[in-house]
Amino acid sequence: MALRENGVKDLLGLEYLSVAQIETVLDVARPMKNLFTRSIKKVPALRGKTVALVFFEPSTRTRGSFELAAKRLSADTLNFTASTSSVTKGESLIDTAKTYEAMKVDFMVVRHAASGASGIIASAVKARVINAGDGSHEHPTQGLLDIFTIREKKKKIEGLKVVILGDILHSRVARSNLWALTKLGAKVTVCGPATLIPAGLTDIFGSQVSVSTDLDEALGDADVVNVLRLQRERQQGAYFPTVREYTELFGLNTERLQKAKPDCLVLHPGPMNRGVEISSEVADGPQSQILEQVTNGIAVRMAVLYLFAGPEGLPVNRPEAQKAAKAVQTSLKAIT
Amino acid sequence: MANKRILSEEDIRAAVTAMAKAILAGLPAPRGDWAVVGIHRRGVPLAQRLARALEELGAPPLPVGSLDITFYRDDMAETALHPVVHETELPFDIAGKTLLLVDDVLFTGRTIRSALDELMDFGRPDRIALAVLIDRGHRELPIQADFAGRLVATRRDERVDVHLSELDGEDAVWLSAKTA
Repeated sequence: MALRENGVKDLLGLEYLSVAQIETVLDVARPMKNLFTRSIKKVPALRGKTVALVFFEPSTRTRGSFELAAKRLSADTLNFTASTSSVTKGESLIDTAKTYEAMKVDFMVVRHAASGASGIIASAVKARVINAGDGSHEHPTQGLLDIFTIREKKKKIEGLKVVILGDILHSRVARSNLWALTKLGAKVTVCGPATLIPAGLTDIFGSQVSVSTDLDEALGDADVVNVLRLQRERQQGAYFPTVREYTELFGLNTERLQKAKPDCLVLHPGPMNRGVEISSEVADGPQSQILEQVTNGIAVRMAVLYLFAGPEGLPVNRPEAQKAAKAVQTSLKAIT
Repeated sequence: MANKRILSEEDIRAAVTAMAKAILAGLPAPRGDWAVVGIHRRGVPLAQRLARALEELGAPPLPVGSLDITFYRDDMAETALHPVVHETELPFDIAGKTLLLVDDVLFTGRTIRSALDELMDFGRPDRIALAVLIDRGHRELPIQADFAGRLVATRRDERVDVHLSELDGEDAVWLSAKTA
């Protein structure tokens, strides 16, 4: 883990990045996005590097997005899916990571159902580790692409009112969004059934964050609403009576959206449950950014791979970021 | 650190005009197929100035584009990253064109190598010619300028800084000993 100048080696979560680092990623993602309009959408920046996509949990879009991002930077990619792998034969997390390390990969993009799994791998290998979602902890590149999409349309983040709607409790997307949005100065309202909102959010994120269980009230004056998927596969208790009731109270439809500002953006990380958390009219409507998010996701992941590939990892521009990076490394040492 | 001004505002203007004349004499017609491409950052204003000078000398108005070569560099693994990335804008089809590639200083030639690679990803121009304000020697690749405003003898460890009013508030070229 020896890095020059205390750069950040791994992207484990947006909690650990400074405002300057987040803005650096967003700034580099812009020229990356411009590449998509060329007939040759590929640059040689990461030629000779290898990116292993280590997915212990099913995912098609995030993996596809990372794979395309790596390929557009001329890196080689290697796919690992838990169901077809040695994990089913009993291999441990660290042994799997060490095996990839022995193959001399430069990056491991890791998705795992357990919070903290990416961090455990990061502390065990020299390769750069990019967290592609670990349990309900963080999904930093999703957070970055959401912010990129908002900033591109609204030209700023500071002062915006952003509603995060749905299952906050199980959502790593919500957590990454909360970290980044509060750091960049947005006001965030999280809204959902009381059973799906974790306690103590304002203790962690401060007074910029408020909690509401009334969607109509939460949407008032909103500049952005980020609709989360109802993750029924993670919900192991009875958090709400029926899906139908959930839709009745917390589904975003055209009528509800009118409570927000007329130019309010609608985001959804996908895959959508149409007719459950979002109506088709809204998903396909003029305010929807859902497909734009998919395009932006590739650009943001290209920026992340590019910026972390340097000898010092993601450059640290500010002392507080160096401190944060050190804190992460110390806490990771404590885990292993 | 000894700073020496080696070109004045007037010198730069004269050098751009002289280059424009040499280009008109040296590049094949038709001039309607010419385009000028500046390399970020200081090649961009120079490209605009060169296009203006060419027009004043009778060439048709030429399209001007800009190139950011960051993603095409060959020193990524060795040096710190370049988190400031500018945007490449080529608002014309380069296929079949005669491109005039413009940069402020020609040194090792590596920037030009990267720029050529990037241009090839946009299409197949008929010809690429290289115009630089200053050729300071010390090439590491077999790349030479077709048009150079000034040849300046330098030591390898010296610095040449081109200042242009569009970006730096003054027109001047400075030669300085490298800061230790």
